[in-house]
Amino acid sequence: MWAILSILVENKPGILFKVTHLFRSRNFNIDSISVGTAQNPEFSKMTITTIGDEKQIEQIVKQLDKMIDTIEVKRLDDKKTVYRELVLFRVKISKASDTMEINNIANAFGAKIHDARKDSIMLELTATPDQIENLQELLSKYELLDMAKTGVAALQRGGD
Amino acid sequence: METISGARALMKALEKEGVKEVFGLPGGANLPMYDELYKSNIRHILVRHEQSAAHMADGFGRVSRKPGVCFATSGPGATNIITGLATAQADSSPMVAITGQVPVNMIGRDAFQESDIIGIANPVVKYSFQPRHASEIPTVVKKGFYIAETGRPGAVLIDIPKDVQQNEAPMEFPDEIKIRGYHPWTDPDVTAIEKAITLLLSSSKPVILAGGGVIISAAFAELQSLAEMLMIPVVTTFKGKGAFPETHPLSVGPIGMHGHAEANKIMAEADCVLAIGTRFSDRSVGKFDEFEKNLKIIHLDVDPAEIGKNQTTSVAVVGDVKASLRIFVRLLLQKATKKSEHNVWFEHVTEVKEYWKQNLKLHPGELTAAKILRKLREVLPHQSIVTTEVGQHQMWASLFYDVIHPGTFFSSTGLGTMGWGFPAAIGAKAARPDLPVVDIAGDGSFNMTENSLATSVLDNLPVIVFLVNNYTLGMVAQWQRTFYDRRMIGVDQKHCPDYVKLAESYGAQGIRVGNLDELGNAIKAGLKSDVATVIDIPIDPEEDVLPFVAPGTSLKDMILPS
Repeated sequence: MWAILSILVENKPGILFKVTHLFRSRNFNIDSISVGTAQNPEFSKMTITTIGDEKQIEQIVKQLDKMIDTIEVKRLDDKKTVYRELVLFRVKISKASDTMEINNIANAFGAKIHDARKDSIMLELTATPDQIENLQELLSKYELLDMAKTGVAALQRGGD
Repeated sequence: METISGARALMKALEKEGVKEVFGLPGGANLPMYDELYKSNIRHILVRHEQSAAHMADGFGRVSRKPGVCFATSGPGATNIITGLATAQADSSPMVAITGQVPVNMIGRDAFQESDIIGIANPVVKYSFQPRHASEIPTVVKKGFYIAETGRPGAVLIDIPKDVQQNEAPMEFPDEIKIRGYHPWTDPDVTAIEKAITLLLSSSKPVILAGGGVIISAAFAELQSLAEMLMIPVVTTFKGKGAFPETHPLSVGPIGMHGHAEANKIMAEADCVLAIGTRFSDRSVGKFDEFEKNLKIIHLDVDPAEIGKNQTTSVAVVGDVKASLRIFVRLLLQKATKKSEHNVWFEHVTEVKEYWKQNLKLHPGELTAAKILRKLREVLPHQSIVTTEVGQHQMWASLFYDVIHPGTFFSSTGLGTMGWGFPAAIGAKAARPDLPVVDIAGDGSFNMTENSLATSVLDNLPVIVFLVNNYTLGMVAQWQRTFYDRRMIGVDQKHCPDYVKLAESYGAQGIRVGNLDELGNAIKAGLKSDVATVIDIPIDPEEDVLPFVAPGTSLKDMILPS
């Protein structure tokens, strides 16, 4: 099972270390992580996606909650949540027709094109992890030179 | 606001917390603290190894239920206390460790005696602090003590760079602090308790499983009232040993890997368990899914993360177990519920207890585990405090030494730290100089911290080391005999050292005994002694601890003496 956790923590040095250490020492998995200052700069917001069975995820939430530097831990319901990840791909251009094809794929996904060169092209997409995976699969037909992902950022929809 | 140095502020803050003694060892990076310690009214108890300072603070904390304090310098001094922090944290013992650190501008430069102790200690402490300005020290100390002793107690580390100790700053000493991410107490949910009572009353074979939480919150009277009102037999975890008087008719003793046969038997037969302040460790419950099979579990604990961690619960009550038990008792009084002594389950439990009392085969000989520990119980005043080391002697203590006065038995149960018992006994003696303190020890464990004899003698903290001596790392030897076809390796201590001479070389008393009468006399001599007494009790190295629930099996499948 895949879960999105939204964790509000004290904005102090060392907290990211403590949170990731907790995952390691309790044998939990981090699928992705993104961290940034919260609207109140005294806090940071971490968004961690994780994989585990129901019991494990319940334990992760409880153990995170128990940490003294965490203010709030929420498990977000993915149906009521907007969650997005940003990815950058650099793809090799081997023949002239590649540029056109990749442009078409990018258009279909709503991905932006950056740094288009004769021998490579860079794509940017902000989407759900599933959509990003799909794009990556389509691009795998060409040679993927490099990629970077941000990890998921998530907010529950209003009223929840 | 007065302007004083960080080190002076540290002593003032400790004094404000009521600290009367610290256990420690000085070094370069904590000299400013020691200089202020010299000028303060706080007693310094010098150790010969920092690990022992941490264990002493731990023992002090468990007995006094206030954080024990230890000091160590930076680098190796700090890394030497890691085992002590981990031991205290694993057993939810309140402790504040204060280490020196290299000056702020040297941190991260691999300076002499620099270690990233905050990073190293992180997984084994409840919380840690590294103040970067002297003015932070009063608040850090206040928070440190608050975190160490509230909720589920634990180990706190305060790492203070040398210049932060030396620098002067205007100091404000807060009387109250708030930590926004920390909510140590939850009010027990009365509805959940009502549900728990209904479940308990509707079950036909209920059992109370008392864990270490009962001892930590000193809920002895509440537990006893509840057990007596409902006539429910009480088993304990090993850490909960002595949460309930073990001579009480309802007491069945500790369950677990080396639990009492009758306790494991009754636990396996029960249909409902009221588990109080326990984390269902593998050593207590055996195979997790076997334990919870056909068993309704009511779980009381102060730590919400323990609910559902190892066992599936039917009813959970989060909160201080003493507060929860008080509500139990009050609701039962309102309902005027009382069970008669003549119920089938209680009669069965009594029969099972009686059966094992008669039929548990014991090792033959004069100085055997059962005989020597029963002799200790016979001679020792009921209020005496007992600590143990880790190994066969520890499990024999669980089997054959009955705790009569609740909360007088302490052991390193979670981390299982050999070498804990002796320094912890010295810490316990510092907390309760009015009571006799005995460390039930094995030779292998005692070796690890035996240099604490110096502390015991020189700081006038006399305790008895009840040395169950088989000159063997006995528990390992037992496993090699049982599971490795007697391929004995790394267990023979080859009659080294001579414990009488060792004790005497430190100015302590050493007595070797050859029979039970001599043992009785030696204990009496130890009780009267002004210095530590090491009683060397030679036993048969082939004696096993039995019964034995092999790892990964269920309580039903215990191995019995053949």
